[in-house]
Amino acid sequence: MASLAATFGRGAMTNHWKDIKNADVILVMGANPAENHPCGFKWALEARDNRGAKLVTIDPRFTRTSAVADKHLQIRPGSDIAMLGGFIKHILDNDLQHDDYVRAHTNASFIVTEDFGFADGLFAGFDEAAQSYDKTAWEYERGPDGFVRRDPTLEHPRSVFQLLKHHYDRYTPEVVANITGCSEEGFLGMADIICSTGRADRAGTIMYAVGWTMHTVGCQIIRTAAIMQLLLGNIGRPGGGINALRGHANVQGATDHAIVAGILPGYLKVPTPEQQSFEAHLTDSTPRPLVSDTVNYWGNYSKFYVSLMKAWFGDHATPENDFAYDHLAKPGGDATWLTIWNEAHQGRLEGFVALGFNPLLAGPDVPRLFEAMAKLKWKVVIDPFMLDSAEFWKAPGQNPAEIDTEVLYLPSSHWIERDGSFTNSGRWAQWKEKAVDPPIGVRSDTWILSELFWRVKELYQEEGGAYNDPIQHLTWDYLNPREPTLVELAKEINGYDRTSGQLLSSFGQLKDDGTTASGNWIYSGSYTEAGNQMARRGTADPTGLGMHHDWAWSWPLNRRVLYNRASADADGKPWDPQRAGIAWNGREWIGDVPDYGPTTPPDAAGAFIMNEEGVARLFSTHLADGPFSEHYEPVESPTTNPLHEQVPINPVIRWYDGVRDTLAMSAGSEFPYACTVYRVVEREHFVTSNVPYLVEAMPDFFVEVPEGLAEEKGIANASRVRVWSKRGSVTGTAIVTKRIQPLRVNGKVVWTVGIPVHWGFVGLTTGSMANQLTPFVGDANTRCPEFKSFLVNLEQA
Amino acid sequence: MDISRRTFIKASVAGGAGLSALGFDLSPAYAAVRQLKIRNAKEYRTVCPYCAVGCGTIAYVHGSGGLNTTNTVIHVEGDPDNPINGGTLCPKGASQMQLAISPRLQHQPKFRDARSDEWRDVTWDFAMDWFARKFKESRDATFTERDDEGRVVNRCDGIAWVGSATVANEDAYLITKTMRAMGLGYIDHQARI
Repeated sequence: MASLAATFGRGAMTNHWKDIKNADVILVMGANPAENHPCGFKWALEARDNRGAKLVTIDPRFTRTSAVADKHLQIRPGSDIAMLGGFIKHILDNDLQHDDYVRAHTNASFIVTEDFGFADGLFAGFDEAAQSYDKTAWEYERGPDGFVRRDPTLEHPRSVFQLLKHHYDRYTPEVVANITGCSEEGFLGMADIICSTGRADRAGTIMYAVGWTMHTVGCQIIRTAAIMQLLLGNIGRPGGGINALRGHANVQGATDHAIVAGILPGYLKVPTPEQQSFEAHLTDSTPRPLVSDTVNYWGNYSKFYVSLMKAWFGDHATPENDFAYDHLAKPGGDATWLTIWNEAHQGRLEGFVALGFNPLLAGPDVPRLFEAMAKLKWKVVIDPFMLDSAEFWKAPGQNPAEIDTEVLYLPSSHWIERDGSFTNSGRWAQWKEKAVDPPIGVRSDTWILSELFWRVKELYQEEGGAYNDPIQHLTWDYLNPREPTLVELAKEINGYDRTSGQLLSSFGQLKDDGTTASGNWIYSGSYTEAGNQMARRGTADPTGLGMHHDWAWSWPLNRRVLYNRASADADGKPWDPQRAGIAWNGREWIGDVPDYGPTTPPDAAGAFIMNEEGVARLFSTHLADGPFSEHYEPVESPTTNPLHEQVPINPVIRWYDGVRDTLAMSAGSEFPYACTVYRVVEREHFVTSNVPYLVEAMPDFFVEVPEGLAEEKGIANASRVRVWSKRGSVTGTAIVTKRIQPLRVNGKVVWTVGIPVHWGFVGLTTGSMANQLTPFVGDANTRCPEFKSFLVNLEQA
Repeated sequence: MDISRRTFIKASVAGGAGLSALGFDLSPAYAAVRQLKIRNAKEYRTVCPYCAVGCGTIAYVHGSGGLNTTNTVIHVEGDPDNPINGGTLCPKGASQMQLAISPRLQHQPKFRDARSDEWRDVTWDFAMDWFARKFKESRDATFTERDDEGRVVNRCDGIAWVGSATVANEDAYLITKTMRAMGLGYIDHQARI
């Protein structure tokens, strides 16, 4: 998601599930929706059957999605950037880009500083000692007016367009085939389909999921795809887009509401220690326009931030105290998943709370997580079911007598016993009705959280202690303060006028003078004076495009396709009248809720209103590891990097203490095989181990072993096989398969083994934890762990 | 009369309105077949708890809804009005009834003492007192008001909160609001993994 924000301005799926039916080409890569999102995937089949769309898959395995696709291409895990980089070159070499779109809606014409360059695997500005980039080497060149210099002809050698051409020029079909393991013909056949949508009358979409994010280059894989989609003019259009398929019911919503390190609700930024004043925080967080014709909507940052502080601290947030600026923590550095576990492993973390989450099984490197958990003083697990994470001290191989951690397990209520809203992948917030009361003895998450809050607050009142003004000042004026209703919280999220108490209908009404409050500005408009918009059930579809504006509510402002201004040309005329996103009628925009001023003329500002450039970024300075993408090997790779052997892996990833020793960083006989992990349709991570039908349908842990490799190793189908990495080992039933073929990569044969993630030691059936094997290293930007590509060995058990 | 399966059906259909060729009235039998078990159930529109497609579902609930009575989910199926799934569900969604009323759902807070090899049951009051006490202890012990450079940071580095992508937006918001007010920085959920 970091990558989509770096390109388009917002970190979310651009389109929505039903919109996929409008596509002419659907690329499924880094996802397997037939298996993992079946009812959303049916819109891809609808496009295939009703529009004659081409559905193609690129994956290390022949998946259930591949089984219904027009074409499938197998690549080895972690080689996606090479493949997508090849498509970019193919587009540019053959002039297949949507030229008018690229000129109107991207930064192709922007001129970049002379300092920029790329050589031997490194972008300009690399600081060897700090293992990071000095991004001043990637800046745009400014004109005398202070704005970025642009060359509308796109011919300037330092224009983004020319730099892009030059950068991806190395990704020839031969290089792509050599890195990914596919054939040149296979690549070209795929390129013909995927690169066919660079026209006004065609639209192509991409469906991806954690098969892209879970790499040390995860963000840059997505960046490569985003660049490709921009060249083809596919962003902002019905039937286009780049669609991130989320794996839990409310991943999108929990992210929007910032149960996430580094952000506050609505993607506001957590203050840093360097930002000692509110003014400094605002200066750093509010982008300044880079061109004269940009809406630069993040320019309103202060209104969203102040309104959040008013929602949280009410009268205690005043202009005099910088709206309670010091009430929020300023973390000392990264605070994401791997860092949390590293802190625990180093013995610095005392307490750990997991709510609706089974972190032990989630990995990576479960043996390391066991060590880390045993160093905690206390741990609380809150879930409707007993979890492996709560019972880690009695897991097989653990000795409870040596584990000092005190553990509390709290049974909480279930989704069906609660109302409230889930936001799906496509940003539709759908309100659910409560069907039944929780059983006696069970409490809601809201009750548990409120009770914790009140008891901690009261302890501080009685005993004093560390700085607790924020706890004492936190607004909590709910009718029943020991268990607020979700309706009350939904209204607080939406926001209200603090003078009149009226609910707001849009974040356009938010102010930075303290007169408005909103718990999450992007949800402004979801619960208004007109009622709960998320509970709406109108099924009308006047456009026939499946937008359904009267069904539920979609952030922001019920907009169904993000960046829809780009669905029209420079004059506001839809690229394809059959699939119009919005259209300018001379006075206003009609169609979808415009991602643009409703009456702003088409030539007044760029189409990408969240970007200070006003347009989408082919070249982006917002990621840590480069303004363009580059193929780097997984940290555990079966080969060297054919592009630059001396910089084989992402040079700016963060290394946690002692982790290098747990990695097989050079390919050798010890760990010769690539391995990847995945889900199956009958299971969803771990909770389904409580469901008898599903356990019966998919009872046991297994290992997918390619036919030829099984033969070589003397492993018979359905026999027991052991797989181990440098970190741990798993044992399961061998499924000998044709679905994974050997690939010839960089001169040698690479075998890939596949492992499902669904088992643990608690459940109707138990089995090996896939994450025993996975490496404790993550993406250079998000630190999302590299679950999807690592090295193993295997033998008959 | 030689009755094949086909003629039996014809005869039965013809007899739907009254006495059939079989010589007896089948209409009560038809009526009985049409009595669905969800006939008297109340319908609640909810959303599938698994992946993020957001399939609409209908939970059918038996029970009067009276004070101190217990209502029961008896059936869950896809919501045909929902534009995303149009009533369809995948194997997981279709079996969510078993998740909703699983005998494996827990009803009892449990506590594991240091070095113990078993759980013991505790009351909610004990549980929340202990939770709040530990929270405050660790917060106080690991709280930094000013860092080594003398900068105001007001953070608690000794407690982490993870989850969840499975709770409603409104609870997610309350988690962030409460934990940020507590001074936590180590906050994350399933999106990253």
